[in-house]
Amino acid sequence: MVERRVLWLVGALIALSALFLLWQLRAPMGFILSLRGTKLASLILVGAATGIATVLFQTVAGNRLLTPGIVGFDALFVFIQTALVLSLGGIGYATLPSVAKFLFETGALVGTGLLLFGGLLLRDARDLTRMILTGVILGVMLRGLAEMMQRVMAPSEFAVVQQALFATFGAVDTNQLWIAGALLGAATVAALRLAPALDVAALGRDRARSLGLGYDFLMLQALALVAVLVAVATALVGPMTFLGLLAASLAREITGTHRHAAVLPAAGLMGALILVAGQFGFERLLSRQSALAVMVEFFGGLLFLLLVLRRRSV
Amino acid sequence: MRSSPRSPGPIADLLRPAILIAAALIALTTASLAIGSASLWGGDLGTGWLLAVSRFPRTAAALLAGAGLAVAGTVVQQAVQNRLVEPSLTGTTESAMLGLIAITLIAPGMSIGWKAALAAVAALAGTGGFLMLARRVPMQDPLLLPIVGLIYGGILSAMAIWLAWNADLMQLLGAWRLGEFSGIVQGRYELLWIIAALSLLLYTLADRLTLLGLGETQARSLGLNYTQTRLLALAVMSLIASLVTVTVGALPFVGLVAPNLISRWRGDNLRANLPFIAAGGGGLVLAADIAGRLIRYPYEIPAATVFSVFGAAIFLWLLHSVPARSHG
Amino acid sequence: MIKVEGLSKNAGAVEILKDLTLSIPPGGITALIGPNGAGKSSLLHCIAGLDRPTSGMVRIDGTDPFSCPDRERARHLAFLQQSQPVVPRLTVRDMVAFGRWPHHGGRPRPEDAEATEQALRAFELEDLSERPLEVLSGGQRQRALVAMTYAQATPWLLLDEPLNALDPRHAHDLMRRLNDLSHAADERSVVVVLHDINAAARWADRIIAMKDGRIAAEGLVAEVLTGEVLRDLYDTPFDVLVHGGRPLVVTV
Repeated sequence: MVERRVLWLVGALIALSALFLLWQLRAPMGFILSLRGTKLASLILVGAATGIATVLFQTVAGNRLLTPGIVGFDALFVFIQTALVLSLGGIGYATLPSVAKFLFETGALVGTGLLLFGGLLLRDARDLTRMILTGVILGVMLRGLAEMMQRVMAPSEFAVVQQALFATFGAVDTNQLWIAGALLGAATVAALRLAPALDVAALGRDRARSLGLGYDFLMLQALALVAVLVAVATALVGPMTFLGLLAASLAREITGTHRHAAVLPAAGLMGALILVAGQFGFERLLSRQSALAVMVEFFGGLLFLLLVLRRRSV
Repeated sequence: MRSSPRSPGPIADLLRPAILIAAALIALTTASLAIGSASLWGGDLGTGWLLAVSRFPRTAAALLAGAGLAVAGTVVQQAVQNRLVEPSLTGTTESAMLGLIAITLIAPGMSIGWKAALAAVAALAGTGGFLMLARRVPMQDPLLLPIVGLIYGGILSAMAIWLAWNADLMQLLGAWRLGEFSGIVQGRYELLWIIAALSLLLYTLADRLTLLGLGETQARSLGLNYTQTRLLALAVMSLIASLVTVTVGALPFVGLVAPNLISRWRGDNLRANLPFIAAGGGGLVLAADIAGRLIRYPYEIPAATVFSVFGAAIFLWLLHSVPARSHG
Repeated sequence: MIKVEGLSKNAGAVEILKDLTLSIPPGGITALIGPNGAGKSSLLHCIAGLDRPTSGMVRIDGTDPFSCPDRERARHLAFLQQSQPVVPRLTVRDMVAFGRWPHHGGRPRPEDAEATEQALRAFELEDLSERPLEVLSGGQRQRALVAMTYAQATPWLLLDEPLNALDPRHAHDLMRRLNDLSHAADERSVVVVLHDINAAARWADRIIAMKDGRIAAEGLVAEVLTGEVLRDLYDTPFDVLVHGGRPLVVTV
């Protein structure tokens, strides 16, 4: 039954994608189709990566309210990117081949993310709220540092950072899409392979360990996957804090299970659905551009508060 | 709180720290008056004129804004009995911005003083919303409250962005969201002096604020009119936050860092410590502004940006240097 | 045989366990008693391989739980934690089935499903098996967790205050079941932290009494449950009566 619900989501995404591509299609059809195709692909990639990353991260943190964005994972990515421009110079950065750049940034995020959040998680495993708050404040600090570096830069370098960080769904480099797609695919397969062990890990650290799970190592693996997925999403469109929360919560609600083998793909599909539907609604039906991110933040934030209050009153 | 070496007497106990912090403030003020892209002496501009029109207003604005936010932070911490909140973690600053945007839309020509007053009403309403949320967050988990506040503020921000973006006011909103002092000149900051008066008012309430921090039941059994005191304190706090927002823009963490640092150093008696908290906040913001002027001289980095880095670092230190249970 | 030698555990500056040496023979029920903060849970965590001791060694049937692969350890020793965070949307059957994870590692075989059903039957959970844990009462939830530990099918079973939240009937049932298990032919050994001294008196074969991170007394039930030992242990006077051939303890 659970599998059937995931299939429903697949069906919905396909139908919505078709609508997105073909709605009021006019000549020159080939051109418009390829334009829309690129946009659709990036929406799906970002939504899926964010959804899956959030479910993984929630299991690592043992908390259903968190997203990588809330604890500053994407702030770390912004920080790395800015630091890279600052150290290479605007021209040096711009002349790097985009594939190499992307892979390097992803690698750097995996490394620093593991160091920072892995250390935090393992050290503060018993004091969850403090760990979350540390992450939140760390995020604020990293954003501040990135901004400070951007202010210190020459205007030409600043322009490079701006372009790197605030790409929109329309203006995504096709090369990047291919790498992002490959990374997303690989990370998804890896996450699904970990799924049964993640089910055990969700019981909590001590319980999972007394069942013989190599908990800490599994958490590091999951965290590395989170880093890859966050890098994919952030590199394509910039940070979106609450999309993952929406996707993960809705996916759990729809599948009604704790099993990662079902929740992970459902969250990925849900993230993609939210973005495609949102973009379609805003752009085609209301003809408003780029309001999507603000709306996702708004509703995601509301959902967060609702979850906090509901959890507390149980 | 922590044991400090016994000092000779109550007067000396107050005098030494007072001298210490006064000396620090004087040094910072001197530095702030002297540093800037135009040279004080021998430039094209007259020394006295430069001081009066730009340097002095800027220095005073930083001191006043910092002091006000520090006091405001103390007030809201007492009101919700949680050490880890401050106006930008209770939706206060964000709802002030939302109010400002709305007022600018409805009555663009209104004077800045009235705008600030109406924004304060919005800020108070927003803080009221936060208090309702805070009631549902259990006391045993004091670290959850700042997270809830941060997200609550995020929602209000998203609403403000949405409004500003539709009305083409993004630039204005940008200025409010990021506090800086480079635009402060004579005639553009005088509203901040109201903060000095408000801080004095709060000082006369210091004992009651201390009682607020004991919680409703305890405070009432000691004879405090809890609801009225809390409303008054929060109204004053909202006014301070909106005055700062409208003149210099948001300065996150000030209201959190200054009271906590002073509380670690001097303990929790507000009658003795409120002046120190105000002085500490003013000094920290001025220091951040000076640092922002120096890091990439002669260009400037906004004080809010500088403070978000150092303030966050201090926050992290506060968070990890004591066991979590003793917060709150 | 569980052997513990020179075991010390510090948390920051506080010494929780102070140079403990003890051995627990296989078979039967060994009860750990003592006042709050005596270090009973910490000792159990160290034996279960979950918390590394500051110094000293632990051997479970000759194996070091800290150098043994995790899943192998979990097939040899099961541990029931004191308080459980509950995972939403987990049914009782799901929860009990996790007890088989050390045996199949994510690929359940038919015999694992059978073991799960048997554990559900053993703890009378068949009717509750499809209910989510969060809607159960504290006692029902506790039974589900014990059933999970049981499904792990390990020679050693460590339980930290399993009687919490259980009504007298289910507390009695649980202890009886542990008693049956520990004296059955395949001989499972049970180590259990109890706050109810009379439950220890009724069901235990051996008692270890702890205070301030040290062992205050150990031995057979009648040796440990004397007025003198209990008074020193809890700083409260006790009367020891006899009921059905076993000691019965009341505070004076």
